[in-house]
Amino acid sequence: MYFSRHSFRFRGRNFLALAVKPEMPLADWLADLDQWLERSPGFLSGKPVILDLAGLSLQRSCIASLIAELDQRAIRILGIEGAEASALDESLPPLLTGGRTAGSVEAVAAIARRAPPAEEPKKAAPAATAPPPVPPVRSLLVEGPVRSGQTITNSDGDVIVLGSVASGAEVIAAGSIHIYGPLRGRALAGANGDESARVFCRSFEAELVAVSRYYLMTHNIEPRRRNMAVQVWLSGKTLKIASLDRAHREG
Amino acid sequence: MAEVLVITSGKGGVGKTTSTAALGAALAQTGQSVVVVDFDIGLRNLDLALGAECRVVYDLINVANGDVRLQQALIRDERLDTLYLLAASQSRDKDALSEGGVQRCIDELRDKFDWVICDSPAGIERGATLAMRFADRAVVVTNPEVSSVRDSDRIIGLLDSKTVKAEKGERMDKLLLLTRYDSAQAGRRHMLSIDDVLDILSLPLIGIIPESQEILRASNVGAPITIADAQSTPACAYRDAARRLRGETVPMIIPGGRKNLLNRLFGRRAA
Repeated sequence: MYFSRHSFRFRGRNFLALAVKPEMPLADWLADLDQWLERSPGFLSGKPVILDLAGLSLQRSCIASLIAELDQRAIRILGIEGAEASALDESLPPLLTGGRTAGSVEAVAAIARRAPPAEEPKKAAPAATAPPPVPPVRSLLVEGPVRSGQTITNSDGDVIVLGSVASGAEVIAAGSIHIYGPLRGRALAGANGDESARVFCRSFEAELVAVSRYYLMTHNIEPRRRNMAVQVWLSGKTLKIASLDRAHREG
Repeated sequence: MAEVLVITSGKGGVGKTTSTAALGAALAQTGQSVVVVDFDIGLRNLDLALGAECRVVYDLINVANGDVRLQQALIRDERLDTLYLLAASQSRDKDALSEGGVQRCIDELRDKFDWVICDSPAGIERGATLAMRFADRAVVVTNPEVSSVRDSDRIIGLLDSKTVKAEKGERMDKLLLLTRYDSAQAGRRHMLSIDDVLDILSLPLIGIIPESQEILRASNVGAPITIADAQSTPACAYRDAARRLRGETVPMIIPGGRKNLLNRLFGRRAA
């Protein structure tokens, strides 16, 4: 007897996956998910997603139909976490254990509040009928300072910060960034490639400022622009910085 | 019902333990019952600051794990009847603390004392997050230098998101204690000024503690500065900070406001 292959190679690998945690009742949760997907289409499609069922104790059939529902929304479930091994069989994704949290995506929601869109048509006083539909989200309003180590992200539009952005803090927006305090950390506008996005701040002391793919760091920034109210925008392939006060005078 | 206070900073060596001991003693000196709890598992120091290192039998981990009753682990100060210490374990590490155990322990302390002061370890890992977890208020200890201020800013962010109070959607009260303030250095712009620090951190200030030899001496003899050298400038500053903690309005004294010729000469030589 002759074996052409003496051994197989298996290797352990760590990967990062998003864990989705449904909540009861599932129908409501799916409806919320649909609404959220409408705002962030394609956020989960094609990404490795883990279904976190801890504390839900669902039946096998229920898990299967939930996975089918998610599949319809282009969310492919790679594995299941926190379910009873007895509730799973071969037709379902495998049970995963020992997952560790890697950075929280939800932290932003705790400190930031969505601002209502500006051009919402004025309607008469709230009618006594069903609650008004949630308006499509554009800008994100942060009341108070953004502290070192915090990241504020809005992949739908502008970010408005009423306080300061500290050294080591980060603000990322698909649209423009407006900071009504000193900018001492990083501000990345037009993060999805919008080259018309701008950064505005009351006192410019940034570590890094970016519009679309172009960025400037502290040592690239003219000293005379520092500590003043400025706007930053993209002109061709260079970032321009101008004092807001002078623009006001010239205007 | 007690007030649970966490003394935290992010950066190490800024004076958390010294401040915990001094504020704890200053509050106890006014007749309040105080317990200071060391959360720096594996690198405990608060016992040294209080001169109780020979009397530690049981510690926070023993109580949190339910091995002993709280009464067995509390160490009463030899000088002040109303000041108690719950020491940290020197031989374990921070993973030995469970959140449930800490919560049980803090709840029990709340019933027994007017003030529960938690001395946080440096860093933003488990020890530090557990020390702040159940606090009602936080004192952020900061030195007037860039790295300390940025670390404090980071800690403030965590206080606003990772504490039980913040998770319930309540406002976490945070106060700033500026330590190791050297008026000569600040005068020559070698340090951040008080205004710079307040501008960056935007927290209410409860005290400015000058950098001083008296503090070093006090910590080496194992007594809080408010006991060891009660008339010294830092002791007065800590006493005033303790009164502000109790809600009193006390005018803020900026150390080194009146500079005499001698320390001006000394300051120049040190440069």
